[in-house]
Amino acid sequence: MSITEVPDLAPETTLTLPETAERVLGNGLTVIAVHRPSVPLVELRLRIPFAKADVATASVLSQTLLAGTADKSMVDIAAELQAVGGGLSAGADPDRLLIAGNSLAEGLPYVLDLLAEVLTGATYPSVEVTTERERIADRLKVAAQQPAHLVARAVNKRVYGDHPYAVQTPEAEDVLAVGTPELAALHGGRLHPRGATLVIVGDVEPQAALDACERALAGWNGGGDEITLPPIPKLVTGPLTLIDRPGSVQSSLRIIMHGVPRTHPDSAAQQLANLVYGGYFSSRLVENIREDKGYTYSPRSSVEHSLAGTELSISADVATEVTGPALWETWYEMGRFATVAPGKEEVEQARRYALGTLRLGTSTQAGLAGLVSVLAGYGLRLEWLTGHATRLAEATVDDIARAAANYFAPAKSVAVVLGDASAVTGPLSAITEITSADAGA
Amino acid sequence: MASPQIRIPATAYPVERFTLPNGLRVVLSPDRSAPVVGVSVVYDVGIRSEPEGRTGFAHLFEHLMFQGSQNLEKLAHFRYVQGSGGTFNGSTHLDYTDYYEQLPSNALERALFLEADRMRSPRITEENLANQIAVVKEEIRVRVMNQPYGGFPWIKLPPVMFDTFPNAHDGYGSFTDLEAATVDNATAFFEKYYAAGNAVLSVSGDFDVAEATRLVERHFSDVPARPAPDRPDFSEPDLTAERRDSYTDERAPLPAIAAAWRVPNPITDLTGYLPYVVLAEVLTDGDASRLVERLVSRDRIATSIGGYLGFMGEPFAVRDPTALVLSAHLPPGGDVDKLLTTVDEELSRLANDGLSAEELARVQARIATHLLRDDDSVLNRALHLATYEIQRGDAGLAGELPRQLGEVTPEQVVSAAATLRPQRRAAIEVIPGGDQ
Repeated sequence: MSITEVPDLAPETTLTLPETAERVLGNGLTVIAVHRPSVPLVELRLRIPFAKADVATASVLSQTLLAGTADKSMVDIAAELQAVGGGLSAGADPDRLLIAGNSLAEGLPYVLDLLAEVLTGATYPSVEVTTERERIADRLKVAAQQPAHLVARAVNKRVYGDHPYAVQTPEAEDVLAVGTPELAALHGGRLHPRGATLVIVGDVEPQAALDACERALAGWNGGGDEITLPPIPKLVTGPLTLIDRPGSVQSSLRIIMHGVPRTHPDSAAQQLANLVYGGYFSSRLVENIREDKGYTYSPRSSVEHSLAGTELSISADVATEVTGPALWETWYEMGRFATVAPGKEEVEQARRYALGTLRLGTSTQAGLAGLVSVLAGYGLRLEWLTGHATRLAEATVDDIARAAANYFAPAKSVAVVLGDASAVTGPLSAITEITSADAGA
Repeated sequence: MASPQIRIPATAYPVERFTLPNGLRVVLSPDRSAPVVGVSVVYDVGIRSEPEGRTGFAHLFEHLMFQGSQNLEKLAHFRYVQGSGGTFNGSTHLDYTDYYEQLPSNALERALFLEADRMRSPRITEENLANQIAVVKEEIRVRVMNQPYGGFPWIKLPPVMFDTFPNAHDGYGSFTDLEAATVDNATAFFEKYYAAGNAVLSVSGDFDVAEATRLVERHFSDVPARPAPDRPDFSEPDLTAERRDSYTDERAPLPAIAAAWRVPNPITDLTGYLPYVVLAEVLTDGDASRLVERLVSRDRIATSIGGYLGFMGEPFAVRDPTALVLSAHLPPGGDVDKLLTTVDEELSRLANDGLSAEELARVQARIATHLLRDDDSVLNRALHLATYEIQRGDAGLAGELPRQLGEVTPEQVVSAAATLRPQRRAAIEVIPGGDQ
């Protein structure tokens, strides 16, 4: 006889966080070590504040930080990392420079020595700089043909005005003008231990990891004033921005709202409201425009925290011919959510998802490393998750209804659409006022 | 610090295997270090088995397996998994299709119920079929049609290399074929391929083996016994003369080229196959690799290059015939013939001048990190166990691979490189379109 009833869940597991140790080195570097010996590896994340760094110079710096030192070529550095099963890479965004990597656990001291060597002695050799800036320019050419990139540029321009977040990818001509002197100046001015956080997660005792970091990185020095960003500007609502991409077989819909930071009392309710609206598959948005209407493959909403503010965004790439109805349904779900309290069961479902995925996200070395590093960027520690789990568990239906009204109201949102204007201007004009903008690519 | 001598470590997750009377093979791998489990069901059917005139059907059918089942309405599967704190997905490959969940361990029994229910009978209706055809068309638009280099090279290169429908056709499918799919097609596909005897269930993570065995038996024992269908022979002869093709991509700003060479049978000749896995990394893994150093850093004739085994980049989840693939993007105006000639030069240099023990050792160390890192997730571990079991009858390979790859010798890599000659090569070139 087959089982026809869905089994109940077994008693809830406890969220147990791994053993962690922390030390502030004499040079001001904060080191956090987390013990997670699930596989014989270590993960490493070095987060350095990078607010207001020039976007073109930052992009070239990320690609050439490991391109050479006084004693080592780019190939030497890569080969020495490989020898311990290691790899390092760097990436910049408007908040931080992140150097991320991993290696066999036994190799940690070697990776830290190489990291120290590039932090204190990267030379940005001109041949490698020339090659890497040309490669970035090539990638920008490809990005300029990708709808996701084009619409993100337009959204940032529309939402952030004069704020540094308005331009997050450089122009090719600016990248091609970056040379060794600019890179050395940015490195010397900003790659300092004070304010930076190094996270080590893996199969190494936390105190031993802290000692290894101290041995390798105590000699990294330098300092400067703390550079902070102004808060993001208030969202200026108005007509939908339409960007023409002739021949596009889909329209990329993006709707932006402002939210509140992780530490705000509404944060847990905002997270749950986002799930109910479109933050996971079992949400109103996905069940409507994908599973009922078939307009799109991967509609979603998300909460994106940055140091200067929090953005909520809704996105869907929809067939060109259903651009009008897809936008209408997306707005309809926002309006209904902002004005009618959600059901108890859909809130409980979102709550269980939020609490369960906390366990999933802290179950791998890489997941833990990313999480600890991001939290540290906001002055938070892993233990913060315990309180956050309690707040998720305690948020009421009323709290979520209020969050929906505050953060998902159509009247408090901005819409941007990238698509074939010759096909979508008519339908979009029928439902809202639109202004045209160029792709700026 | 002196150049280190690193010992390549391995993991030793226990692996328990058994087969239910209905033919379902089960693999359990407990690991109590975090309160999470990975559950997967892998069916031995993929893109290569879909019928002519029904390109994309294996993938479309994967979507239909999420549309409700014997005891579950549409949307219920998603809600039960996510409402248990878990995540889910499925994916369609050349030789298999997988369905999986990653959940807090208190939801293990629920996940087993959900998988058993759809193994008994998915709810395939006209309405759900029409809805998912529309969704799949949007998936193809967002990933292939509306992107530069969409489908390059995994959809574009097989028809150059292969002559038979199973190996050559587009696994995403044509809109014409997708729109022609019927409920009867889906029912027949399910009856033939989604048999208990054609599947492996795997569970990894936080559970007790005896308790999990009991739960597996409770939920899967009465799934009707249907044997696995005979697997057709998909083999094709190796190439004896170079094949080249090209196409214009209107959205592509840079030239690109991908080339592939047949490799030994990954299942029946693993020993002969592993040197090619190592070779791909010697050639393209990072700034110290042969082709990145020569083509990207030194000669500047490629702006990026990658190399991997299998058209979908899964060295240990694919059967014969398969290939080593190199894929490169060039700077504007770049010369693809010069690029291929330089690749040939580097392969000859490797074949003639050899590979130092030091160069091989560092590449093997990095491969070990990649494998171990991938297996750190209980879900990936469950998926690997299931694919190794279904394709090789050897779930235990997961714990063996870092060591076996670490035992590949310089001579074996050199011999592998010597086989990548131009006359055995299939290549596809992307010509940048007008919209620059």
